Amino acid sequence: MGMDQALQTYIEESRGLLDEMEGILLRLESEPQEEETVNAMFRAAHTIKGSAGLFGLDAIVAFTHVVENVLDEVRGGTLAVNGELVELLLKCSDHIGLLITVVAETGEALDAEQAAAGEAIAAALRSLLGGAAAADAAMPAVHEARLAASGGGLLEGDYWHLSLVFGRDVLKNGMDPISFIRYLSTIGDIVSLRVDDSELPELNAIDPESCYLSFSIEFKSEADKKTIEDVFEFVREGCKLRIFPPPSHLAAFVDRLEHASGNTDMLGQLLIEAGILTGHELEDALASQESMAAVCGGAKPPIGEVLVNEGVVQKEVMDAALEKQRQIRDHKAQEAKFIRVSAEKLDELINLVGELVIAGAGASLLAQRSGDAALHESTSVVSGLVEEIRDGALKLRMVEIGETFNRFQRVVRDVSKELGKDIGLEIGGAETELDKTVVEKIGDPLMHLVRNAMDHGIEPAAARVAAGKPAKGSLRLNAYHDSGSIVIEVADDGGGLKKERILKKAIERGIVNPGQSLSDNEIYNLVFEAGFSTADQVTNLSGRGVGMDVVKRNIQALRGSVDIESAEGRGTTVRIRLPLTLAIIDGFLVGVGKSAFVVPLDMVLECIELSEADRKAADTRNYVNLRGEVLPFVRLRDQFEVKAAAGKRENIVVVQYGGQKAGFVVDELMGEFQTVIKPLGNVFRNLRGISGSTILGTGEVALILDVPTLVQLAVARDEQLAMHGA
Amino acid sequence: MHIDAQQENGICRLQMEGELTIYHSLEIRDGLMGHLAANTEIELDLSGVTEMDTAGFQLLLAAKREGTRLGKAVRFVSHSQAALEVIDLYNMAAQFGDPLLLSARQ
Repeated sequence: MGMDQALQTYIEESRGLLDEMEGILLRLESEPQEEETVNAMFRAAHTIKGSAGLFGLDAIVAFTHVVENVLDEVRGGTLAVNGELVELLLKCSDHIGLLITVVAETGEALDAEQAAAGEAIAAALRSLLGGAAAADAAMPAVHEARLAASGGGLLEGDYWHLSLVFGRDVLKNGMDPISFIRYLSTIGDIVSLRVDDSELPELNAIDPESCYLSFSIEFKSEADKKTIEDVFEFVREGCKLRIFPPPSHLAAFVDRLEHASGNTDMLGQLLIEAGILTGHELEDALASQESMAAVCGGAKPPIGEVLVNEGVVQKEVMDAALEKQRQIRDHKAQEAKFIRVSAEKLDELINLVGELVIAGAGASLLAQRSGDAALHESTSVVSGLVEEIRDGALKLRMVEIGETFNRFQRVVRDVSKELGKDIGLEIGGAETELDKTVVEKIGDPLMHLVRNAMDHGIEPAAARVAAGKPAKGSLRLNAYHDSGSIVIEVADDGGGLKKERILKKAIERGIVNPGQSLSDNEIYNLVFEAGFSTADQVTNLSGRGVGMDVVKRNIQALRGSVDIESAEGRGTTVRIRLPLTLAIIDGFLVGVGKSAFVVPLDMVLECIELSEADRKAADTRNYVNLRGEVLPFVRLRDQFEVKAAAGKRENIVVVQYGGQKAGFVVDELMGEFQTVIKPLGNVFRNLRGISGSTILGTGEVALILDVPTLVQLAVARDEQLAMHGA
Repeated sequence: MHIDAQQENGICRLQMEGELTIYHSLEIRDGLMGHLAANTEIELDLSGVTEMDTAGFQLLLAAKREGTRLGKAVRFVSHSQAALEVIDLYNMAAQFGDPLLLSARQ
């Protein structure tokens, strides 16, 4: 991996971490402080800082360092989480984002204004730090109380147990156990000490300059294991030191293990992090592990076993550590299940699969024609596999929409503050999947709709209370799958659209004629017309008359549609319908004359034959009676001006889109067909009723029908005819 | 460091003077060994001990054990402050204090 690529990964990772941080902050605001969430935030800042250091991005390191310090205080409990702090930390997260964009991505420095803003945030953070330190000094009593509480298990007999076997040469080296024991008593109380002289030989055999004594000490102290071990730092060599924690610490150790950060899955490191094991102890254990391996001929006993056997770590603590290690490994394994693949490679793959589908169709067509049963069978197996590959490849691009939705938590929070409204965001169907390209492109239109709903949809608290609604407004983002499309809803419980006002404005702007009679639905959908805005007030958020039409255009560009539904006084729901994928679909192939058309299979409900009677009547009316239901239809022959004469029979393909049914009259039903969508060139951009093209197995081109447009067309004609009739 | 020996009623009283430390540990050991071999009862007067370390402590302990092994009495009396500190630190007053004898002598 080159440096550039590594940097790119860092930028992406950092963005991910910042998103995570933001999510945590927003949660913290509403929920009571959770230790784990603060930890996660600290780790995020820490990781961003650490990696920035690797790339020499000093500006990021400097700023993140201050943030990290503050988070550390929060983590340690010296700094309380409140609205102010969350606000400040949100700003920090934004600023880090800016730094990453500017410093990491473009390699430039912040401009003066941005730098000043960053410095202001850093200063605010530092003042928090200073405050916490001062408060700490002013209230030592509190501090002590905390200590007493953490060491609450200091019952009688609840002592550290030290076993000290000094090296034989310790005296010769000019060191005396006495001084170490004296030093030990400065960090705690030696409750009892026993000298073990069993190694002491007879007087005549004594080397008077050697040390034969060992000691066992009961020690009462608040110090941690590392501190105690450090007392004997200078005599470590040749000295056998065992430190056993007080019984009350065992529970604390187990607890600390459970809350270990998970940065390492090495048992030793895990124990060190939890303060159970010291670095020296680990080294010793590793050494004896090696020597044991040498004795037993290669097989190394597990380090955990060594530590327990040598009495360094108690069995119950080790069990907890092993459990934690297993958890961390599981978690890592889960993480490892994801790999980053560049979107480009994925697109390439999908393109290839598309070509494969087309080539496969060609092959099976030839096989069919050849009449060779065995060849036919084998190509049909291949087709089945190709279909599976296609589905698999497309699934690779599918992402959950939840991530996009979650971004709006922040937007709703900020905008509602700006507007002085209290608005909560509800999210539904976050796990609904759709194509990554669609997700990327839907962000802007959604943003617009959300802002619009908050600005114009939801009334100020006073008006809401007056209308008998809860003061807190509610905005709902919802997603679900519906007949081959994904539906995204932006719903508010605000005042709803006011029909008269929309109509009045539409007439003012000349969008509709004064005499025209429109259905409610048509009136609501007028807001998507260009240059239309009903807001009395123009705010800096929305209401400048650009927007809804842009939203509609963006969504149409994705082969989707947008629809609005409203109840005055009760709220508005904007419903976006998008195709699940932009590349390959299951199609239903139909023929008109010599031309072939593809209808997306998801939208096909059924096929019926157009009866002789209906055929005759079809010249005068564009609907049939479908089991007592009026089914408007479109004759594709007429719609696309296919010259060839009609065959003996005609069929109706019944399709459904957005709750409306319509029929397409065709000559021939040719069955299912895997359709690789090829976009039409710019020349055909304004073609109505066609959304794309595809290549058949024979090499011929088939046009893909734009079902939404055609359904609308059929329904509109039907309504017009009905009106004429009336 | 030097050891003054004095015989009294079959008891050898050893007056230890100076530093009971590693620097003199060899001569102390040899001295103690010699006196132990020659006498059946030894009383070590520690009042003159100006300094004691683990090496010295170890030797006293060994002397005591040697006495027990050979069936000879080895007692420590009149501990100096320096000696007491070490014995106290090592929590060995029971072995070194010989309190009964102390009180009997006073």
